[in-house]
Amino acid sequence: MYSQGLIGADSATTETEEFLAKFQARIDREEKIEPNDAMPAGYRKTLVRQIGQHAHSEIVGMLPEGNWITRAPSLRRKAALLAKVQDEGGHGLYLYSAAETLGVTREQMTEELLSGKAKYSSIFNYPTPTWADIGTIGWLVDGAAIMNQIPLCRCSYGPYARAMIRVCKEESFHQRQGYEAVMKLCQGTEEQKQMAQDAFNRWWWPSLMMFGPHDADSSHSEQSMKWKIKRFSNDELRQKFIDATVPQAEYLGLTVPDPDLKWNPEKNNGKGGYDHGEIDWDEFWRVVKGHGQMNRDRIKARNKAWDEGAWVRDAALAHAEKRAARQQKQAAE
Amino acid sequence: MSKETPLWEVFIRPRNGLSHKHCGSLHAADEIMALNAARDTYTRRGEGLSIWVVPSKAIFASDPDQIEENFEPGVDKVYRHPTFYEIPEEVGHM
Ligand SMILES: [Fe+2]
Ligand SMILES: [Fe+2]
Ligand SMILES: [Fe+2]
Repeated sequence: MYSQGLIGADSATTETEEFLAKFQARIDREEKIEPNDAMPAGYRKTLVRQIGQHAHSEIVGMLPEGNWITRAPSLRRKAALLAKVQDEGGHGLYLYSAAETLGVTREQMTEELLSGKAKYSSIFNYPTPTWADIGTIGWLVDGAAIMNQIPLCRCSYGPYARAMIRVCKEESFHQRQGYEAVMKLCQGTEEQKQMAQDAFNRWWWPSLMMFGPHDADSSHSEQSMKWKIKRFSNDELRQKFIDATVPQAEYLGLTVPDPDLKWNPEKNNGKGGYDHGEIDWDEFWRVVKGHGQMNRDRIKARNKAWDEGAWVRDAALAHAEKRAARQQKQAAE
Repeated sequence: MSKETPLWEVFIRPRNGLSHKHCGSLHAADEIMALNAARDTYTRRGEGLSIWVVPSKAIFASDPDQIEENFEPGVDKVYRHPTFYEIPEEVGHM
């Protein structure tokens, strides 16, 4: 039998029409593609980019919320927030590992994040000035992430799909703790309610932008759909999110900051859904290109953590070397 | 006996899309013979689509005496579970 290493096996493919057709046929049969399988270079590249960006988003996403751990208003909220931020770190790890099965190294990915070359979800470039932001992030941002991530559990690339199943299992608590925190504010004093409305106003539009540009302007979408990396278009997912979230806001007595939002009974093939106002894509691109309020801060924080962790990594390696040397010596005696 | 034949742990992917699952071990001189033996031993009745073999000595396990200190802390943190949070039914599934 022929054997292969798991990572770093020769991944070069000659992409004849026959090869591409065979690959597509596997995808069409809903077969999962695994690390050792031959795959078009474009498929690999798309996944490395997407999974890497996703992993970075989980890690950078720890920052806006981490900002409030020490100031959470009760032990209950603090425990929940701590657990959530810890989960996000884990999500980053699951995803980096999935990307590594495609031959990219963790060092490469880390380097790209720290140098500012790699992208991550723009939502994390918005600040979290009040406690209400934390609840709102759980509710809206994790809510939007769940909408995006549930179809990724059926992604054609096996390691990514399996990582997403794990992630999705953990996300439900994130959204629920957020909604509960916002609900408590909405049941509180006039000031607390105002705080919740203010956070909602600031996060609503950026949350809608999380689904990416409109389908017509989305450059990679079509091929990703064909390869079943993506299962729904950006606009489809955005619509699902809006339809699920508006009633949740209404229940809290919050006003959606969109004067054009209105129920349209014809939408979704007669099931009904919400029409919404124009998204400010200039703002979206501004933040993507690095000019959001917090872009520089986030990268700075990651670099600081990396630099200040250097001695820990070095010490761990030195310790491991010493231990290995001791064991070798003992074995020789 | 003079020389020992190395021990290998065998992992099988039972079906498309699933991860490899540990199913047993075997002795073989190298990874190629280990894969052959694993195929002949563990996949005679359609048990799988892919095999991994890992030298047993490359596997490090947690200490069974530390079950409590390792895993108990994950049990009593109820706030890590979605059901800990009260969400009114009216707002739909979350
Ligand atoms: Fe996450
Ligand atoms: Fe996520
Ligand atoms: Fe989350």
